[in-house]
Amino acid sequence: MDNNKSGLMKLDPMTPEAVKVKKIFWETEDVFTIELVYDSDEKREFSYKPGQFNMLYAFGVGESAISISSDSSKKNSLLHTIHKVGYVTNVLSKLKKGDIIGLRGPFGSSWPLEEAKGKDICIIVGGIGLAPLRPSIYHILKHRKQYGKFVLLYGARTPRDILYPVELESWRKKYDIQIEVTVDRADSTWRGHVGVVTTLLNYVELNPEKTMAMVCGPEIMMKYAVDELIKHGVTEKEIYVSLERNMKCALGFCGHCQYGPSFVCKDGPVFSFSKVTDIFEIKEL
Amino acid sequence: MKTIDKSNLDKIIGILKKDGYTVIGPIVKDGAIVYDEIESINDLPVGWGDEQEAGSYKLVKRNDDSLFGYVVGPQSWKKFLFPQRMKLWEAGREGRGFKINHSDEPVPKYAFLGVRSCELKAIFIQDKVFNNDMYTDSYYNNVRNNIFIISVNCTQSASTCFCVSMKSGPKAKDGFDISLTEVINKEGHYFVLDEASEKGKELTEMLDAQTATEQQIKAADEAIASAELSMKRSMNTAGIKELLYHNHDHPNWAEIATRCLSCANCTLVCPTCFCHTMEDTTDLTGDHTERWRRWDSCFSLDYSKVAGGSFRTSAKARYRQWMTHKLASWIDQFGTSGCVGCGRCISWCPVGIDITSEVEKIRNSPKNKIINQ
Amino acid sequence: MEDLSGILRNHPFMKDLDENYLKQITGCASNVAYREDEVIFKEGDKAEKFYLIRTGKVALEINGRDKGNLRILTVGPGQILGWSWIVSPYKWHFEAHALEEVRAIALDGECLRNKCDDDPKMGYEMLKRFSHILEQRLQSTRMQLLDVYKRV
Repeated sequence: MDNNKSGLMKLDPMTPEAVKVKKIFWETEDVFTIELVYDSDEKREFSYKPGQFNMLYAFGVGESAISISSDSSKKNSLLHTIHKVGYVTNVLSKLKKGDIIGLRGPFGSSWPLEEAKGKDICIIVGGIGLAPLRPSIYHILKHRKQYGKFVLLYGARTPRDILYPVELESWRKKYDIQIEVTVDRADSTWRGHVGVVTTLLNYVELNPEKTMAMVCGPEIMMKYAVDELIKHGVTEKEIYVSLERNMKCALGFCGHCQYGPSFVCKDGPVFSFSKVTDIFEIKEL
Repeated sequence: MKTIDKSNLDKIIGILKKDGYTVIGPIVKDGAIVYDEIESINDLPVGWGDEQEAGSYKLVKRNDDSLFGYVVGPQSWKKFLFPQRMKLWEAGREGRGFKINHSDEPVPKYAFLGVRSCELKAIFIQDKVFNNDMYTDSYYNNVRNNIFIISVNCTQSASTCFCVSMKSGPKAKDGFDISLTEVINKEGHYFVLDEASEKGKELTEMLDAQTATEQQIKAADEAIASAELSMKRSMNTAGIKELLYHNHDHPNWAEIATRCLSCANCTLVCPTCFCHTMEDTTDLTGDHTERWRRWDSCFSLDYSKVAGGSFRTSAKARYRQWMTHKLASWIDQFGTSGCVGCGRCISWCPVGIDITSEVEKIRNSPKNKIINQ
Repeated sequence: MEDLSGILRNHPFMKDLDENYLKQITGCASNVAYREDEVIFKEGDKAEKFYLIRTGKVALEINGRDKGNLRILTVGPGQILGWSWIVSPYKWHFEAHALEEVRAIALDGECLRNKCDDDPKMGYEMLKRFSHILEQRLQSTRMQLLDVYKRV
């Protein structure tokens, strides 16, 4: 039976495939990145879209939904940048090069990079939220001429929590992109911005008529970012958010990730804000 | 339309069994009518009926020897298509990795005897759940494609029934292989039989069936009509999606939460509730692990848990999620209500919360009365 | 060099301000510049001025005593620095220093208060503009308080 109409996966979507850890390293004190490759001689490629996620399986422990954070045009390996917060991610953080883990995916919707062509792009991310947008950043930088002005606003907890600092610096130097980084708290050695990520909009000149925004971070941070964008005149349908809910099956069957009428695993995680406007403010939905 | 007698019903069970079907039907067990494997009509709940009210269910002896004289029990057919607990795969450690093995058990071939119209509708609803726009659940669909369905029309209703409101009964209109209406009157004890599928027709040809007389058909229709006429509960479904979508902050949710125990009974007895979770269990050596799928409920705190905490911590939010999903967002998700009006959630709620009256309370609150006008 | 009223007119804080008000405010304004790491004002000092930042970044720090100096906010081009001049007893709650070379317009608090007292309509307009900034800063502080990126 064809149990995978999405065409995204080759096998039964409930069965993890074996993948090998090629590299694992700490980005910050509690965030690490794993690079995964197929554990077979057969030349197989990963195929996914920026914004999608995988279910990573640690043998005998369980699964966790993790966004893909690598360049989707490089198909030999996959990167996942993971916040060590729970049981599964704790076990994943202790993996060594050469270990085998399970992978199901890719799942979910992606950032609207096609619709964004010709528009100014404003990416607002907070915390680990930079990771799910990194594939989009790679894509836009690679096809820089297809897009207008490109702004990345990034908020982290402290200077030590800033992800990909070397890469941020090289993007700044090599490409036509405005990058502003702020932290919530810092000591006197920090020379950058301090304050919530939305204050960075003060340093950006947006043309709201032709701006598309992509927002990712804790839901409360996204709420403030969306409010500010709307205040600046960006329309709801041009704002995209990536939502987090409890993803168990990732196939739209198990029900856990329901958000109003949507299954976040299948209809999301990336939504046009206009699709969730009516329910975004409802408590405990 | 044909008629058959009890011995021919027994013959149906025999034929199906010979044909490799595991025949499932109603039996009396632990003080309730439940669905389990049957060998003959002798296993059926002969002469048993049920009395139901909000928060109450009990079996009662009837004064006839009807085989289908009850309404619905705590179980539904979903437990066969979507088992309560099911092993998806198992894996053993191999080097620095693992190897996954799938069970090679054959897919069960079930014949369901005694499917009520509302239950049939519930199966249609779960068909949509487990075959969405992206994926198909292989176990559900493999079982589903092999199933032989004998529906039995209701000739009475429980006080908790409201299938008429949900347009799901009391008469099964399609989707069965054979449908039966049990008639007991001074002419005798017989079943008016209707076939809807090729398989159903083939099976009927092997029986000693008579062409139903106009009188017999009329008697069956009247029996079904009496179930409809005696139905006490109802649910006004007009604009129900908008009603619930626009009442997330209605005070009634908090009021329900003072009674609701978050016990999840309603979701377990509901024939359409489909939420489940995945569990990995590992033996003590750490070298063998199994992934199980088991029923879960939106009433559990873990249900909405993410790394940062749970999205629905209050009982109020969890009840609202269940009811709003069932009656409103289900329509957006699957093009149909998630409620078939079987009344199980009313009977089996330990504190007798009644979904029909909760909808009414929200509908009749002053603010919504204005909307309704 | 641009004259003061021109610079004021182009600063986002003064956007679409009545020309007459602008003229009066210009009377209280002066050009200021600070070197990197230069202190602009100290916690407890009299709040005699407020600043419209033109270039450079200013750090606001609170003396956390045993918790060290806590940097709570940075303000940059197009933003304003300081609102203690409106509220009696006109004392700074934070220390501000330049993180890089800063150019700004300083507005004399007392001068401006007097003008606002004389022309309450202008005073109300200024207060509205400051309330907007206060609301933003309060909201941002609440967000920081939530510590949304914290590991749980």
